[in-house]
Amino acid sequence: METFNFLDKIIGESILSAVLSALLPLIFLIVYALIAILGELKISAWIQERLGPMRTGPYGILQPIAEVVKLLQKEDIVPTNANRLLFNLAPFVMFTGAFAGFAVIPFSPAFAPAHINLGLYYIFAVGAFAVIGIVMGGWASNNKYSLLGAMRSASQMISYEIPGALVVLTAAVLANSLDLQEISLAQSGPFWNWFLFGGPGPWTKIWVIPFTLLLSLIFMITSLAETNRTPFDIPEGESELVGGYHTEYSGMKFAMFFFAEYANMFIVASVLTIVFLGGWNSPFGEFMSGYFWGVFWFTSKAMFIVFLQIWLRWTLPRVRVDQLMFLGWKVLLPFALVCFIVLSLYRILY
Amino acid sequence: MTTRKFIDIDFSRIESDRMRLNVGPQHPSTHGVLRLEVELDGEVVTDVIPHIGYLHRCFEKIAENVTYPQVIPYVDRMDYVSSMNNELPYVMAVEKLMGIKVPDKVEYIRVIMSELNRIANHQIAIATFGLDAGAFTPFLYLFRDREYILWIFEKASGARLLFNYFWIGGLANDVYPTFKEDVLNIVKQVRKTNQEIERLLIYNKIFIDRTANVGILPADVAINYACSGPVLRGSGVQFDLRKNEPYSIYDRFDFEIPVGKGEVGTVGDSWDRNIVRMREIEQSCRIIEQAVEQMPNEGDVQQAIPKKVRPPKGEIYFRCENPKGELGFYIISDGKDKPYRVKARAPSFVNLSVLPEISRGYLFADLIVILGSIDIVLGEVDR
Repeated sequence: METFNFLDKIIGESILSAVLSALLPLIFLIVYALIAILGELKISAWIQERLGPMRTGPYGILQPIAEVVKLLQKEDIVPTNANRLLFNLAPFVMFTGAFAGFAVIPFSPAFAPAHINLGLYYIFAVGAFAVIGIVMGGWASNNKYSLLGAMRSASQMISYEIPGALVVLTAAVLANSLDLQEISLAQSGPFWNWFLFGGPGPWTKIWVIPFTLLLSLIFMITSLAETNRTPFDIPEGESELVGGYHTEYSGMKFAMFFFAEYANMFIVASVLTIVFLGGWNSPFGEFMSGYFWGVFWFTSKAMFIVFLQIWLRWTLPRVRVDQLMFLGWKVLLPFALVCFIVLSLYRILY
Repeated sequence: MTTRKFIDIDFSRIESDRMRLNVGPQHPSTHGVLRLEVELDGEVVTDVIPHIGYLHRCFEKIAENVTYPQVIPYVDRMDYVSSMNNELPYVMAVEKLMGIKVPDKVEYIRVIMSELNRIANHQIAIATFGLDAGAFTPFLYLFRDREYILWIFEKASGARLLFNYFWIGGLANDVYPTFKEDVLNIVKQVRKTNQEIERLLIYNKIFIDRTANVGILPADVAINYACSGPVLRGSGVQFDLRKNEPYSIYDRFDFEIPVGKGEVGTVGDSWDRNIVRMREIEQSCRIIEQAVEQMPNEGDVQQAIPKKVRPPKGEIYFRCENPKGELGFYIISDGKDKPYRVKARAPSFVNLSVLPEISRGYLFADLIVILGSIDIVLGEVDR
């Protein structure tokens, strides 16, 4: 299947198509965030034998909009001794990092907002923006809880980037490319061609399947840690740090942090989708595959990963900060390294 | 400063500035309006100073100015999640002072109500403990079950939280006709939820990692600090007033005293204190089943209520096993209708005093877990 940007085809390669290419993910992000917030409310309610929001619209489906309106009306409080500039800047830095990741995500063979050949590298580079935003916000709030949360977050995110990067590096080795469209293309065909099951190849590839399954599990865990989701939500662990780095934020600036968290969830879910679940490929080979179906498959796979993240959040307790470091450096990193070496050998030999 | 045993780094050798952190009184997990002044070295707790008194309501002074029956509502408000248990030692102390013998039916209803309230209290304790460790869902499961217990209380006494149900010499009113069936249904439901919580929370790997070997309270320290209740039993000391010093009709029932055994960590850690509560719920269920079976249907619950509560001159100390520990009332009577002095020995207050001792050298996140494992209610700490 050939990859291109459908906007370039329709209106030609111009400024207009570039602007539209940037706007489409933003619209997608807003719609996604509303759905994800509703999902979080409703899924948590089902897990906990509650009804969840029921008053706003039928079955409470308008609740996310109500929450956004509520946050817009809130007073924007800046603590007296806070560093005003950094305090106001932090949520937007964090959101910029999250949104910038959307630039390279291939939603369909016919659409990736910016098709660059270092997509995987780029996503990890802008993903690190989130740490800057959190540390900025935590430090500028002039609150001890925020500072502790920010420090924890910085150490956590940096530790988990390393096993996470090793995992995607393996995928790059398997696909022989860092281009996200190329990686997706390399997994075309039925679902046993996905890197989750060792990538395309003769049936003798069966011995690498445990390694790729392990790798995807490692990536799932690191992605939870990178997005500060339970069981790794210690930067904002509310039982000890009140709200962590966003303790002092209110109103729309708090909403930006929230928004960025949901955007980051989607980014890591889509990286997992592209790298292990075949991206926009249909699981049934030629059946239901195409430029439009690509969008469908990609979003449903990514949303399934988001659902897993929400499910885990409402099931598990929180780990402690030193246990988190132990898991990252002494468990995930060696396993990721072993898998990387084995799969690189497999790639060279076959 | 003690060093942590499960990490090889001796934190005390690393010199750095200490940070003073104010936890509470509006902090989400101080279980009320408790303020902790915490000294942190990085994230390691080097000292904890609890500041109490935000909920002080002069219980003891008020008790001197109201009549004996009028004290009962104030007793309710001490440990407001187990009010039935609070009323029991007070009314029994006054009854003993006056030499009243209450009918059997009253004793059985009192025991059933106390044990139900013990279950409700332990469910809150386990739920908030899970919440401190970051697990939100078990919290709601347990609160759902507690609600069923509160419905029984509401049907029997008219109130959900502060009952004023045990009166001196009897009860405010008899239980309703379907009381026994309701109680047995609750017991069934509680057992079912207990199994669910064990799978979901208690034996969860992350939960064990968070709570085992954290806040170890050796048996001798627990005794020296006069700890009682699950905090004492979690350290392996088999001491329960219901068994060791049977009051009311507890000698008629067959039950065990669960103690901490260090199943997943060391004896006396936070996990042990919590598992003692889990096992006590099961034992309470056993007591309730036996009590419902033996309870007489006939009898007037107000038959022994005196017209005038005017105990003779004298003094008495009477203690009962509250869900949180030993709750005792020391009452001095000078022969008038108002007590000369009422002193309450509150288990939460005594158990809280051990917090600085067992939380030094652990991480800040552990401090919250340890505080949750002690299970305090600030209404009782401050009185």
